[in-house]
This record gives sequence, structure tokens and C-alpha cells, in this order.
Amino acid sequence: MEERGMNARIRQLRKVSMETQPHIDLERAKIETEVYKEWEDKVSLPVLRALVLKEYFTKKTLYLGEGELIVGEKGRDPQSSPTFPELTCHTLEAMHIMNDREVVNYSVTEQDLRDQEEIIIPYWKGKSMRDKLLAGMTDEWKECYAAGMFTEFMEQRGPGHTCGGKNVFIKGYADYKEEIQAAIDALDFLNDPEAVSKKDELDAMLIDCDAVMILGERYRELLTQEAEKCADPVRKGELEQMAANLEVVPAHKPQTYWQAIQLYWFTHLAVTTELNPWDAFSPGRLDQHLIPYYEKDVEAGILDDERALELLECLWVKFNNQPAPVKVGVTLKESGTYTDFANINTGGIKEDGTNGVNAVSYLILDCMDEMRLVQPNSNVQISKKTPQKFLRRACEISRKGWGQPAFYNTDEIVQELLNAGKTLDDARQGGSSGCVETGSWGNEAYILTGYLNIPKIFQLTLYNGFDTQSGKQLGLRTGDAREFKSYDELWDAFKKQLHHMVDIKVRGNNVIEKLYAQYMPAPCLSIVTNDCISKGKDYNNGGSRYNTRYIQGVGIGTITDCLTSIKYNVFDKKNFTMAELIQAMDDNYAGHEEIFNMVMNRTPKYGNDDDYADDIMQDVFRLYRDEVTGRPTMSGGQYHVDMLPTTCHIYFGEVIGATANGRLANKPVSEGISPEKFADTNGPTAVIKSCAKMDHCSTGGTLLNQKFTPSAIAGETGLDNLASLIRSYFAMDGHHIQFNVFDKETLLEAQKHPDDYRDLIVRVAGYSDYFRNLDKELQDEIINRTAQSF
Amino acid sequence: MHAVTNIQKYSIHDGDGIRTTVFFKGCHLKCLWCHNPETQKFEPELQIDTERCTGCGRCAAVCPSGAVTVSAEGKAVIDRDKCTVCGKCVDSCLGNLRILVGREYTVRELVKICLQDQMFYEESGGGVTLSGGEVMAMDPDYILALVKTLWREGIDVDIDTCGQAPFSSYKAIMPYVYTWLYDIKVMDDEKHRKYIGTGNKVILDNLKGIAAEGARIYIRIPTVKEVNGDRESMQQIIDFLRENNIRPQQVNLLPYHSTGSHKYGKLGRDYLAADLTAPTDGEMQGFVKQWNEAGFGNVKIGG
Repeated sequence: MEERGMNARIRQLRKVSMETQPHIDLERAKIETEVYKEWEDKVSLPVLRALVLKEYFTKKTLYLGEGELIVGEKGRDPQSSPTFPELTCHTLEAMHIMNDREVVNYSVTEQDLRDQEEIIIPYWKGKSMRDKLLAGMTDEWKECYAAGMFTEFMEQRGPGHTCGGKNVFIKGYADYKEEIQAAIDALDFLNDPEAVSKKDELDAMLIDCDAVMILGERYRELLTQEAEKCADPVRKGELEQMAANLEVVPAHKPQTYWQAIQLYWFTHLAVTTELNPWDAFSPGRLDQHLIPYYEKDVEAGILDDERALELLECLWVKFNNQPAPVKVGVTLKESGTYTDFANINTGGIKEDGTNGVNAVSYLILDCMDEMRLVQPNSNVQISKKTPQKFLRRACEISRKGWGQPAFYNTDEIVQELLNAGKTLDDARQGGSSGCVETGSWGNEAYILTGYLNIPKIFQLTLYNGFDTQSGKQLGLRTGDAREFKSYDELWDAFKKQLHHMVDIKVRGNNVIEKLYAQYMPAPCLSIVTNDCISKGKDYNNGGSRYNTRYIQGVGIGTITDCLTSIKYNVFDKKNFTMAELIQAMDDNYAGHEEIFNMVMNRTPKYGNDDDYADDIMQDVFRLYRDEVTGRPTMSGGQYHVDMLPTTCHIYFGEVIGATANGRLANKPVSEGISPEKFADTNGPTAVIKSCAKMDHCSTGGTLLNQKFTPSAIAGETGLDNLASLIRSYFAMDGHHIQFNVFDKETLLEAQKHPDDYRDLIVRVAGYSDYFRNLDKELQDEIINRTAQSF
Repeated sequence: MHAVTNIQKYSIHDGDGIRTTVFFKGCHLKCLWCHNPETQKFEPELQIDTERCTGCGRCAAVCPSGAVTVSAEGKAVIDRDKCTVCGKCVDSCLGNLRILVGREYTVRELVKICLQDQMFYEESGGGVTLSGGEVMAMDPDYILALVKTLWREGIDVDIDTCGQAPFSSYKAIMPYVYTWLYDIKVMDDEKHRKYIGTGNKVILDNLKGIAAEGARIYIRIPTVKEVNGDRESMQQIIDFLRENNIRPQQVNLLPYHSTGSHKYGKLGRDYLAADLTAPTDGEMQGFVKQWNEAGFGNVKIGG
């Protein structure tokens, strides 16, 4: 494997991070079990949760890697994956599977199995959130879930889906304590019926502040001892400086660039070990948060670009050291990766709306280029104010072909946030996290609740609500499609099916949201998110300034082509009847070559800037958006839509038979808002035009993958063309675009000889991953994405 | 109405920036190495991929003129004398192996398609390139209407031409053309006749003519070892430009490649340039140096 990193220290740290096998770590689960056994029912739930974090940070094994400049791990060492039995209590069978499966495996020791069997399972069985929420679901929901009509995000992990705002870089935990105490002092026990529960929440936050400071103090002691023992004067000096840093952070506001990074990392550890939030946690606008410290330190002569970059590379290793907490079942299918989706956006604009690119922004680009890691997911925000130099540098890295950075459209993100009710100030502090989802950082709980299988809903429409795959009547009886006299009749039936399925999904969501509000407060995430302290309310109970929920629509390309195919062939041209088409689909097109040829090769398709198909895409998009948008959440917010798939388009495809656009049974559906595979034959500008016909500003994020062969974007001219494509798409309000650059031959080789291509990273969907870690279907799917070369 | 073989979007080798290139069908030259043989004839043609043909016979069944039969080897065989190029067999082919080359477009239709990517042209400094075949071999009124309409929409139009057309046609559209991508093959008239099929007088005179009118010109030289891939041939072109005070904004040396050779068979023709070769990379670099030393700064290998 290629060694990367600016110097020997970083290369060593990166090597350890890359070569260590991810493994289960039960220390947290065991400590949590003890705390629950001792305190459950004696203290409030928020306090109970906070006590778990405090006890873990007081007792956990500390790790100090050779040459480290930033300290702290979630578990006992790099690539440890603590488990969260309060969310999902793994059976022994599941633990064997996670150890044995070919990809995204986590090693499990005999001792782990014994601990799980003797300590964890006996206490948590039947008590985990997974148990609670499955018990709260209707039979209808369960059948649809099992059939793959939708997925459920909170089934194994907690809500989260947010990023740090500026607080996380300018406030220490002693500062937070003062704020929290002031909020407690201001409680009105005489008139406010919620004062008692607010007090519980605020008390819990105080305990969490102590927890973080305890971890800092323990590391300070460790570093001091190590410094005393250290014979190498250079390393000794570093250890002393690191110990000195911990006299300031995490208790107080950082004084230096180095301390600011260390403070963030402690917050990251606290948020991601308190609960298991989706998408971990992210530092938000890292470049803008760090620039004041950078400038001050450079001025004072205690920091140069080399050290500033080295500290960033240390932070990158830290992110990469944390594999996503282990997932199983459907949740693994919708998100089959070690990546935990921490997503750092660089560039964009400042709070006052001016260009946000600064000296640290360029250092971050150098860092991602040098480190080439899938975590953190490093991306750039491009606004119309972004200097061309920055965009070109980002393009230069992007076309190396490992999927990062992806490009987000700042100006469009601001419009999305304004549309979803944010103030202009809060909108400008927003960005995209996780895959491509938009939020106001530091101010918003923007929870993704699950993917919706839109092509499968359409498929139900063609079979009168019956699911041919599960053999169950999952949808409404909207009539025999073979009898439909017009396209409008078909459209009306689909509308009813969609409405019905979104009802089922949202009903389930509402139950789950209430369960989390009740049983799984997250006091630490609440400390760093406005306005949980002032409201005395938890993040998971609507404490944030904004509370948005998303349902992510999957397969817009596939369903558009299905509707287009039927409109064109059955109703407009009368090439064949609906009955003939459905028969062909039933037979997976075997023996129906003429129909197959017609729908595959002679029918308009989305992705070619052809209004015949693109108009239908707009209809489907608007229908879906309007069906979901504005529905109330249980915490007083609203639902919105995202158009992103992670890896779910493969799973969703597996549970759909052959479709009307010629897609064969069980093959993946289209991903993000990209066209169906092989559907786009008119080049990248046509794809971009088609995709831009969707009203991105009314979503919370969309995802567009573009694959290029190297020759299409070679040389300085190629760089200019790539930058122009991005600027054009963004001028048309596109939300996000990412590039995979390589030829098909390379990928086929990599599939045959994975060991020779251990370093090959590809863009999957909103994130990058090692090609060798993808399962065969996903590899095939990436190989077959239409390469745009002209 | 004129037949177009292809409208290429995200075209990045025919002029500046991101462009749409329209390939018109028909050309008066007969360059031996032509890599777009489907653009040589003015009439629509059938391009057939016989290699992947399974011999299912669907094309033979739908052919109204009885021009298609299935051979003993299980391949569809076409009698091009009987074929009326009606295109019925194209839709019937399950393997998508038959292409009807040459669809006719009105000016209005072409403008509509060219405008689709306007955003990309404006971002990248690109535009529309009219190419072929030979765009200047089309009806001058049609081309004038097309170029003028695009110009009115604010789109930069480049004309990719071999130079073989009446000067009046050039003169008529000059005010609306941004850049001329002007091909020169070889100065030796004898060689020109041998490889191109005509002499080069008209071509060179037209070039002098548009240069005298102040045209912005990129000189493009398909570089073939046996034809012009030597220092002397290059020097003759350089001397011609200098003598006539022609100062191109850019010179593109386009190394010969045979990627179009497979198309000849599909059109029922023979590829006669199989013996031609491209100069080596070193030789190409040498030519660039030769041009640079002659005072031409902006010389590129490739489009």
C-alpha cells in the first residue's frame, strides 16, 4: 500500500490507521450496563444518559499513539468500534456475521462473545431502542419495511445528522457550564409546567461538561507522565506542549490553532460516544473556524504552514481511525461502508455573505490531496464569489479520480435553507453534511428518517397494489393497470399509492421520534447546538433552533423512465399495450425482445436534455416533494425531501422485478438524481441540463454522480472545462456534483485483482470508499455507470 | 434542409471552451484517411455493424425493397443498389446495429439544439462549431441563416472548413463567425491531388481571402507521415503563411489516427489509407519547435 503523509510522523500514523483491522470494542457497553444497573429509575433519563458518558470518560482506556499531536479515540485504540446496546443489542449470531462477512467486517474476539452473552444480552435484550420501536410499529409498516418499500434510519443508530457551529471552536466546557447554570437559575418553577423536566435536562448537560473535562484532565496527566519518561528532547517538548494545551482546553476557549483542533476532537468524541448519531459529527466550516487562530499564531511566530498542515493531517488520521459503528441487516444494505460520513466543507461564504476562502482552506485542500482518506469526507463549497484559483485547485484534486472533493453549491444551499424557514444569518452558516443533506450548522437537527423506494411504489401501481416480489398486497387497490385508458388514469393511481406509502412511513417516523425524545436524550449534542440550553430541551426532543425531518427519495431516474416508457409506447405511439408490457415485465423480458428493444433503445429517457422525459421527471419530483414537504414533525418542525441514495439504490433494486423502462429484475435502480444507467447518451452537459430541471432549492439536498474517462478532462483545458461544468450546473441551481475519473478497464482489473488495487478509492454516493470494500453488485454498478467521454 | 450526421455536445477539441459541434453530411474532398467517412457523401446512408449481427432476419422481413437477405453464415447482407435508405430496418434491429446516418434539420431545429447548452458556452468561453463533412459545401443561404441566427443569440460560432467552396460563401458569413478552424493539408499540389482528390488552389486562395478581411484563424494540419509529416512539408506551409502575411491565433497539428477505419466496412466501402502512419511523438515535438522558431507561438498538438 502506498504510504502517504507530509512527513514520517504522518506516514506512520496513517499507516496504523489504514492497516489496523476494524474491531468491536465492548468497554463502553460494559460500563454503560453497570451505570444503568446502578442508576436506572433512580435518576431522570437525561441524567442517566449523562452519567454513562461521565463514567465512560472517567474509566475508559486511554490511547496515545506514537508521534500523535492530537489525542483521543472513541474506543481503546484506532479502528475500535464501541457498541451501543441501548440502541441495538446484537445477538451472538449477528456478532459472528459481522466478524465473518466478506466486506465491512469487524473482528470479534472470544472474550467479546462471552461478554456479550454474559453481560450485555442479559441486561439489554428486549430493552433496546430497536426492540421498543419495532414493537411500536403497525403490521402494515412491518410488511412494507420487510418488502423494501422504505428503510428506517433510527432502527440501529440514533438521530444526529448535524455539524458543529462556531461555538465548538470558541467555547470551553467551563464556559458552557456557566451558561447552563444561568439557564437553571432562570427556571420558573412557579409558572412553567416544564421547569422540572428542563432542570433534568440541564443537570444532565452539566454532568456531560464534567465528563469532557475529566477526559481532558486524564489525558493531561498521561501526557505529563509520558513527557517525564521521554528521552527524545523533540518528542518530550511536543508532549509537554500537548499537556499544556490541555490546561486550556477542553475547559476553556482555545488560545491557539493547535488547541482549537484538540478541543474540536474532544467534542467529536463526546458527541459520538454519548449516543451513536448518524453521520458521526463534523466541525462544520473548519477553515473559517480555524482562520483566526491560524492568523494569530502565525503573527506570534508560533505557527507556520508546515505545522498547520501537519496538525490537519493528524486530525484527518483521527477521523479515519473511527470506523462507523457496526451495522447489520437492511441498515447495512442501505449504508454498506466503514465510512461514518463526517463531512468537512471547505470554502463557501462567511456569515456576512462574503467569500469564505482563506489560507486554511488551501491547507485543507493540500491535506485531502496528500492524505487521500475516505474519512473525513472532504468536500468544497463553491459560491459565485469563490475564486477561480480555489475551484481549479479543487478540480485538480477531484480529477485524480478518487471521488473527493465533491462540489456543493453554496448559493443554492442558502436558498434551500431560506425556503425551509431559516434566517439569512443562519442560512449562511449552513452547508451539506453526511452525504449531501443541508442544514444550518450549530442550529439545526436535520434528521434523515429513511429512504423511500419510489420505483417500487410505481411498480405497485402497475399491479393494483400487489407486490410481486413479497407476494403481498402492500399498496391500495387502485385498479387493474391493463384497463387504464389514459396516462392520466395511471398517474392518478400512482398518486394515490405514493400518498398511502408516505402516510405509512411518516406514521412510523412519528412514533420513533417520540420514543427517542423520551428514552434517548443526547445532552452533549444539546450543549453544542443552539438553542437547547436556553430552551432547557434536548436535541432529540426539539431543543434545537430548527427541527427538520427528511425522507430521501430514491430512483427518480428509474421511475421517470418507466412513466416515460408507458406514456410514449402505450398511450402516445401505441407500440404495444399495457397488458403486453406487463407480460414482458413478468417474464423479465425473456421472449419479448421487440418490446425490450423498444423500451431500451427507442424511447426518450431522462438525462438527455429531452423535455419529453424531463417533464415527467419534474412531475414526479413535484408530486413527491409536495406529498412530503410541510408535514408536521413531532418536535414542531416540518418534513422536507432529499434526493440521495447512499448505497440504497442497490438494495431497492434487489426488491423490484423488471420495470417498464427495460431495467431487468433485481438490478439496481438509478442513484441520486443521476439518470438510469445507459440512459444518458448525449454527454455530460445534457445530463447536467436534465438534472437542473429539478427544483433543487425546494429540497434539502440532491446528489449527482458524473463519471469521466481521464482523456475527457486532461490538461489545463480539461481543468477549465471541468470548472466550467461545475459553474454552469451551479448557475442553474444544482446542489451537488461529484466525479469519478477512470477508465472501465482499470476498474475491471481492480475487480479481478483487488490486492493490486488496495488503494483505489471511488465515489459511491455522497461519499468515497475503497473499491475493494464494495460488494460485487456495487462494483459492477460503478463499472457500468455511463462514462462520459467525448 | 441539410443532412447532419451528428450533433456533438460537450465538444472540447473543436475550438475554445465547451462547444456543440454540428457535423454536416457531404464534402467535396476525398481525403484518403478521412476518419468520418459517413460525412463524405451528401445523401443519407445506412451504417451496419455486421460483426455483431446474429442473423435473426428481422431487418430482412421489414425491408420493403427486398434489399436485405440473411447469408449462409447467418449475417444480414444488404444490396446497396436496391436499398432506398428508408430506415425501416433500423428500428427492427434488436442489437441496435443499424444506424441511419444523416438526418435532415431545418435551421430552426438546429438553432434550438445549439441553444440548449448556452449556459456552458458562456461559462467556458465556448460556443458552436459547424463542421462536417464540409459545412461550406452546404447551401450558402442555409448556412448564412444558421450562423446569423446563432450570432444574434450571442453565441460564438466557429467554422471548421477544408477551404473547398466558393469564396462568396465565405465572404457572406464572415461578419458572424468568431473563429475559422481552417485545414491545410499539403502545399505540394501533386501530393494534394493524390491524397485529397483535388488540387489546393481554391483552398489556399480562400484562406488568403478571409485572412485579408481580418478573420480570426486557427490553422489545423492533419499530420500524416507519408503526406506532410516531414520538415520540408511543414516549412512550405509556414512559408506560405508568412509570404501571405497570415497570422493564425493558433496552429493545431493533428496527428493521423486510424480510429475511423472500422466505419468504412459498415458503410460498404474499403479503407484505402491502411498504409499511412502518424509521425512519432518526437517528430511531432520537432514540428512544434519548427513552427515556434518560425515565429508562431501558439502551436498545439491535437485539437
